[in-house]
Amino acid sequence: MTDATAKKPAARRSSVNLQAIGPVVALIVLVLIGISLSDNFLSYANVTNVLARSAFIGIIAVGMTFVITAGGLDLSVGSMAAFVAGVMIIAMNAMTERMGVTLPVVLLGMLIALFSGFAAGMINGLLITRAGIEAFIVTLGTMGIYRSLITWLADGGTLSIGYQMGEFYRPVYYGGIAGISWPIIVFALVAIIGEIAMRHTAFGRHCAAIGSNEKVARYSSVAVLRVRLITYALLGLLVGLAVVMYVPRLGSASSATGLLWELEAIAAVIIGGTLLKGGFGRVWGTVVGVLILSLIGNILNLTDFVSPYLNGAIQGVVIILAVVLQRNTGPAR
Amino acid sequence: MKITLVATTALAGALALPAFAQTIGVSIPAATHGWAGALNYHAERTVERLEETYPDMDFVLTTTSDPGTQVSDLEDMVATRGIDALVVLPFESEPLTGPIQRIAESGTWVTVVDRGLAQDGIEDLYVAGDNMSFGQTAGQYFVDNLDSGAKLVVMRGIPSTVDNERVEGFEAALEGSDLEVLAMDHANWNRDNAFTLMQDYLSRFSEIDAVWAADDDQAVGALAAIEQAGRSGEMIVVGGAGMKEMVDRIRNGDETVPVNVTYPPSMISTAIEMTAVGASGAAPMTGEFIIASELITQDNAEDYYFEDSPY
Repeated sequence: MTDATAKKPAARRSSVNLQAIGPVVALIVLVLIGISLSDNFLSYANVTNVLARSAFIGIIAVGMTFVITAGGLDLSVGSMAAFVAGVMIIAMNAMTERMGVTLPVVLLGMLIALFSGFAAGMINGLLITRAGIEAFIVTLGTMGIYRSLITWLADGGTLSIGYQMGEFYRPVYYGGIAGISWPIIVFALVAIIGEIAMRHTAFGRHCAAIGSNEKVARYSSVAVLRVRLITYALLGLLVGLAVVMYVPRLGSASSATGLLWELEAIAAVIIGGTLLKGGFGRVWGTVVGVLILSLIGNILNLTDFVSPYLNGAIQGVVIILAVVLQRNTGPAR
Repeated sequence: MKITLVATTALAGALALPAFAQTIGVSIPAATHGWAGALNYHAERTVERLEETYPDMDFVLTTTSDPGTQVSDLEDMVATRGIDALVVLPFESEPLTGPIQRIAESGTWVTVVDRGLAQDGIEDLYVAGDNMSFGQTAGQYFVDNLDSGAKLVVMRGIPSTVDNERVEGFEAALEGSDLEVLAMDHANWNRDNAFTLMQDYLSRFSEIDAVWAADDDQAVGALAAIEQAGRSGEMIVVGGAGMKEMVDRIRNGDETVPVNVTYPPSMISTAIEMTAVGASGAAPMTGEFIIASELITQDNAEDYYFEDSPY
């Protein structure tokens, strides 16, 4: 790595703190609103529910942060999650017939999910980097393809994991260590590793450099195509990981699985302070963004505050406010 | 439109009709949720069966995921396939009324399924489930079987006419009873949304006696959340539409899922069969055919269980 690329994020760090306040303020305000509107808001069950349900989008959004930081975009993650879940369920059902309800089946199922996600991400990445097609078009295409494939795999209905296998696999979503459920633990680990990768590794800096100015990055001997490819493959792998957590929850996948996850993930990334046009990414901001999105839904469900018809409007307002707050507190970019 | 009548005595199940060189177009929403999936399954099965029985009869089946595409599909069917009859489940009433009206005016037989058009008198045949009765049947069950003062939560579907009519029927049944509806929110006929919504209902209310999930996909999500919270046995859950897993639970006397209300996706088969008969002039088929919602209980569950159906 050259000195030129290393300096960039270092110079920015001083302004980051000011800029980062926006989404955090929004999150705190939401928590306060939640507390004031419902006694059960801070109950253990509710907090666990909200964090655990954030995990799927959260894990994916961390990967999305790298893709967007490097100037890319991936619209296919929701469909991909549904497709990977379908593949995983079919594979696990097939293996259960031969090997019974055993641990190896679960582990193999997880590996299959991770691998399918990785492979799907590689396909996106290769089409974008090697075939040179716009990320928006490639992932719009694969979004349709995966959505159709899951509908086809499920024969238009729902794929369900065998009952006993489902019960056996269930603790991966519902269980945990010391009262903290697995999805929360995995989400936290992914976020921490993501934050470190973004801030303190060559990979993270290369992502920002490419998103900021691809030509300069190339002249600075950054392997632009390879780094891009890795961001999509990594995102695919994380989609696989999210599916590993998702399948044990309801034990099923259908064409309705993962609907609009891509937009929620992208919204979370942008709320968190990552630039949509690339060049700067903030993983912990993404985590805040994901929590904001989950909390809005949770608070609206916990109260009769507004007509349920207006839920989408409230979400829209909070998303825009969170970004406005952040733009005003930070220097113009 | 030229129809050549060939006298044959082909017999197909209950319906025997003469064979015609006819093309029937079928346009239905894509399998975006369980019920629509079953609709696709029944449509495909019926088309296959009719094509086999009547080699002269041709079918064009399209599935669409939004109203705009459906309009294009209909235009293509008329322009390139020259359909003689159309069976359509409009994605949305308003945007499709005009295009369907033009097709009807050109002399094509039109059968509208489930979602009525914005204007009366366009279609030759209307086949639909009864959404009011769907809500009413569930509501009446609660009124008859819950203790007085019992507390209910309700899950609504995607905001639409269908959902509104169901809730209207439900509220009509509850009127005058002392059952208390604690909350009504949308879970969009989606398992994941229903799971999340039920989790939040459970955090919010310490006492819930019954859940009207109004749809079996929503019931699946609700049941998972109730089990997670360890509150199974406190409340009953009534879904709707007759998903086979739910019917199976009722059949086995599950105490959380005592009943279900039908809203048969196989109504598309009714519509296609009736269109084949009606459009060919074999028997008069014009008018309305409304399929009532029935209560599935442990006693009659066997009749509603379809092993091969995806739903």
